[in-house]
Amino acid sequence: MAEQRGRYDSAAVEPPGGDAEILGQLRAGDEAGFLSLVERHGPAMLRLASVHLSRAVAEEAVQDTWVAVLQGLNRFEQRSSLKTWIFSILMNRVRTQAQREGRTRPFSSFDTGAAGEEPALPDERFFPADHPEWPHHWAAPPKDWGASPEDRLLSEEVRAEIHRAIDGLPAGQREVITLSDVEGWTADEVSGLLGITAVNQRVLLHRARSKVRHALERYFEEVD
Amino acid sequence: MPSPDEITCRDLVETVTEYLEGTLPAADRVRFDAHLAECPPCREYVAQMRHTVAALGRLPRDTISEDAKRGLLDAFRNWKKRPPAG
Repeated sequence: MAEQRGRYDSAAVEPPGGDAEILGQLRAGDEAGFLSLVERHGPAMLRLASVHLSRAVAEEAVQDTWVAVLQGLNRFEQRSSLKTWIFSILMNRVRTQAQREGRTRPFSSFDTGAAGEEPALPDERFFPADHPEWPHHWAAPPKDWGASPEDRLLSEEVRAEIHRAIDGLPAGQREVITLSDVEGWTADEVSGLLGITAVNQRVLLHRARSKVRHALERYFEEVD
Repeated sequence: MPSPDEITCRDLVETVTEYLEGTLPAADRVRFDAHLAECPPCREYVAQMRHTVAALGRLPRDTISEDAKRGLLDAFRNWKKRPPAG
């Protein structure tokens, strides 16, 4: 259970005492408490930083963030959750570093056009609008994923395919699906951190999920 | 021939996230459910989206490298030695 998280079991990785308990541990110099915080958020921080930075620079940004967290700890006033505060320090560093490197991949706040601009599936999957009987109904319906898709989706190969699909998404969609679905953050937490509206958060999540599902569909078609 | 207030499969595919997130207005939710009741391929599509979201939430956690951990522990020990920054 400890390795699982996401919307179905995010509670499994949160300490029972919440932020107050962690802050107490940190201020008391508790190394195990600090390391468990690092282990809880570090992987997601690295994934998020890697959306905009090369791996090595992303690792550096994460390390620097932890140092900044420690330095700012006594000024942290719990107006936001500890998690949100840590990640907002990270995002500031990532933005600064990405600008310094001249990286142009847009952040989510610049990647939120209307949903209709980018359909979830190619047009040819549906009959055209002027179809006499079934306008915009399935021309090529989704094939089923076998008797127990839950089990298939847990295999190493499928997980690698999911990671590939996420890595291929535009930056904003990658940020949102990572935080919302992989990490199990609430919609409010995600839109707050990324500085986007609730509607934009859902648009980006929709595009991202649709593409990951589509990638899985193609993968299952190839192997079946 | 579908009636005018029915949603199409294409509409359903574009509103599935609002449906799953519970943000679809009540009237649209009724139309969505009505379509699902009649349309096996759309039921399959929604099921696949649910499976996709569940699989995303169950990806194994990355681990932090021992190097990174050591570096952070050093940073933590240095921080402990110092008086609180002003």
